[in-house]
Order: sequence, then structure tokens, then C-alpha cells
Amino acid sequence: MTVLYTTDHEWLRIEGDTATIGITGYAQSQLGDVVFVELPKVGSQLTKAQAAAVVESVKAASDVYAPITGEVLEVNEALGAEPALVNSDAEGKAWIFKLRIADRSDLEGLMDEAAYKAHTA
Amino acid sequence: MVTHVSDAPTLQKTPLHALHLARGGKMVAFAGYDMPVQYASGVLKEHLHTRAKAGLFDVSHMGQIALRPKSGDVTDAALALERLVPQDIVAVAPGRQRYAQFTNPAGGLLDDLMVANFGDHLFLVVNGACKAADEAHLREHLSDACAIEVLADRALVALQGPKAASVLAKKCPEAPAMKFMEAGPRQVGGVACFVSRSGYTGEDGYEISIPAAWVEDVVSALLDDPDVAPVGLGARDSLRLEAGLCLYGHDIDATTTPIEAALEWSVQKSRRNGGARAGGFPGANVILPQFEQGAARRRVGLRPEGRAPVREGAPLFADAASADPIGAVTSGGFGPSLNAPISMGYLPVSHAATGGLVFADVRGQRLPLRVCAMPFVPHNYKR
Repeated sequence: MTVLYTTDHEWLRIEGDTATIGITGYAQSQLGDVVFVELPKVGSQLTKAQAAAVVESVKAASDVYAPITGEVLEVNEALGAEPALVNSDAEGKAWIFKLRIADRSDLEGLMDEAAYKAHTA
Repeated sequence: MVTHVSDAPTLQKTPLHALHLARGGKMVAFAGYDMPVQYASGVLKEHLHTRAKAGLFDVSHMGQIALRPKSGDVTDAALALERLVPQDIVAVAPGRQRYAQFTNPAGGLLDDLMVANFGDHLFLVVNGACKAADEAHLREHLSDACAIEVLADRALVALQGPKAASVLAKKCPEAPAMKFMEAGPRQVGGVACFVSRSGYTGEDGYEISIPAAWVEDVVSALLDDPDVAPVGLGARDSLRLEAGLCLYGHDIDATTTPIEAALEWSVQKSRRNGGARAGGFPGANVILPQFEQGAARRRVGLRPEGRAPVREGAPLFADAASADPIGAVTSGGFGPSLNAPISMGYLPVSHAATGGLVFADVRGQRLPLRVCAMPFVPHNYKR
């Protein structure tokens, strides 16, 4: 299992041809209290850099972009009832959606944990 | 993810800037100032703390102006100010304050403000983003009757919430006896301040004008009270939205009349047709007939039926399919005390009745909203 990061503060956990995607702990700390998460539709096709989900704090709405191209396999319905999971467990229980990886070369430009830490330092 | 960083060197600082940084304020640009949007506990907790106990807000970016009558009679300053606002200022008794608006010739609003009668002069508090224009407006129109003094050496803080009176009593024993919209000079912790029982959260509370040199001492002493937490602009906005109060530049502006903005209550009968001093302010020919004939559109409260916040700028539609918007949301977000999204916006009067259903376009989807009465959360003023 590999965890990768984007410059837009998303994380991707890669397991086989599936990528589980959420926003990072750093991102949630910048956003503040999350009150609503809009999820993509299961079965929809997302293109890299396309707006995929929306995370809303009291003050503002922030887009979550698809970091790679792929089909949405599953979304985290638990965030509907408990959006604050994004604050309490951003890189665990608050995963947002899972994509079937269409093109593994999409992963090549992404950062590993050490590089992401340096990016946010 | 898009995150916000603010370190623009041109931003002004309030006299409490160092205190905000020391207390973990997350700073953003607002009205030309570097201001705390929140502290470490976050918008949600700061909001709920204000409704449960007391929150302390730095609003020093707002303009404080003294209008001193050249005749020495404060009534002359009041009469002069009535040339620019549709409110009855003459009737504001010494030690009282009133909500007012500067109007333009089209009947729109240049700014909203508080006007207090301090006995020998009037004390005005205006919005930070408008203060330079307001000062110029006052100098242009009132210089014959008033000396206009911008009180740039004073900070302004708000102490808001059900514990505000008991907290402030420890530093200002007269504070609990003040009634809503009472205002005047008071000593706070031995410092000569101006205190008014007012605010912009819907809660009981005070606004305190403090000489800049002493503000850190006074505020630090108030923050030492376990009932008080510092609160940033984020919660200030969610609190005023729940209270149904207008934010200038968003819910009211140069294109909205007091009637369209549902602010009829703020225009006293003496300034309306048939009143002792009817008219005589910019746009009276537009505003006064609207009291009898109504306006075409009206500011309303909106409750989204789902969980998604419907924010400023979202167009409003009469139904789920129609192509042409009938209005727009002017403020919207999440109400922490209601644990639900809330919005306000303008609708044609044909659609403005409480209980009606309209639709907003949010990211390409039509979301239903119910027109509702405001405030969303009842006011808790000590009248």
C-alpha cells in the first residue's frame, strides 16, 4: 500500500487499481470546521483536475479536484451524517471517494509523505 | 483544495493586532485590515461560545466619528445629520443610540451606521470599508453645521453573549443597568471609554470604544475572565447571519432601498410622508412612496431544505427548471446554533411570502429553499 499526496492537499491511498482519496490533515486545519461534504456520483467518470467533491466549512466552500482520471467506485456516505469527521480523522475515516485508476502514469507526478511534509513546512 | 494565506504588507493593523497573533488568530484581509478570521478553537466553537457565554470581537477597523455642532446645541448636529439619513436623529435622547443609513439620490444605501447622542455631540460608528467615503460625505454636506472629527486613536471591541453583562460589571459596575441601545462615556477598568449596550450578534452585549493606548490592557483583563473567549470575523459573520442582520456590501448596498431591505422599522414616522420632518434626505422621492406602494423586491430569510449551504451569489429561481433567475442570495452559510444552513437574499414580492419555495443554483444543481421569517435565532436584547 502506498500513500501519495498532491500539491492541492489531497491524499491517495493506492491498493491495486483502486485509489482512495481524501483531503490532508493540513488541508482540514486550514479549512476549519467542516459542515458539509458534497460527494461525487458512484459510476461517474472523473478526469484528472476536474472538480470531484466539495468540502464546506462554516465560512467557505472548497473544491476537491480529481487528482487522477478514473471511475468513481464508492463514496463515503458517512460524511453526509457526520461531516466533522473531516476534521477529526481527515486521513482515515474521512476518505471521500474511491476511483478505479485509469492510467497509472497519472500517479507519477504525485508526492510521497516526505515530499508532502516538505511542501507544507 | 484552495487555502488562504494573508501576509499582504499593505494591510493596516488594529491596535489589537499583536494580541491577535499572540492568541493564535488566523489572520485574513478584511476592509483593508489584517484581521483574525478565527482563533485556535475555530469558527464553530467561537460561535457557540458567544451564544452560551461571551465572545470578545475586535471591530477597530470600523470608523468612529464625532459630529460636534458649531452652535453648541446637539440638536443642530442632529438636524444636520438628518439631511443624509432617513432616521429621526433629533429624537435620539442624550445617552441613547439609533441604527441609521446614509442614503443616495436613487434611494440606495451608502452605508449603515450607529448614531449616539453624547449630550454635546453625536458619536457615529460606520463600516470600515466605507469610512473614508463616509467622512468625505459628511464633510461635503455637514461642514456648515458641524465639526467632523475622525477618532482614529480609538479602538472598538464588542463583548457579546449572555454573560457579557456580568463580565463587564467587574470592570464597569454601571454596565448591567444600561438598557439596549443606551450609550455614553463610561469608565472600564479605570479607562475612559464609550460604552453602548448593543452589538451585531443578536445577543445581549456591549460595544466599547477604548483609547488605542489602553485597549490591550482593557481587552486582556476582559479575556482573563473564564467566561470570555476571543472571537474572529468568521463567527461574527455566522452570528449576525443567524440574527438576520444585514452586512453592508452584501445584503444592502447602493442599489437597495430601506424598504427593499426590509428595514422599514428603522425609518421613524416623523421622517415619512405626513411626519413633522418628512423627507429632506437623499432619495426621499424614491424611498417615501415605497412606504405606501411597496417595492418590487424584498430581502427575505431562506432555509435550504437540504444540508448544503447556499452562499452569496447563488441565483434564485421560481421552480426547479426555469431558465431566468428571479433573485439572488446575498449572504449564506451554516448556522452553528441551528446546526443547519441558512441564507438571506432578495426575491420579487410575489415570491417573498413566508413559507414559499424557491430554488437556488448550486454547482449546476437546483436546491430547494423555504422562505422564512428572520431572525433565524431569536434576539436576546435587554430592552
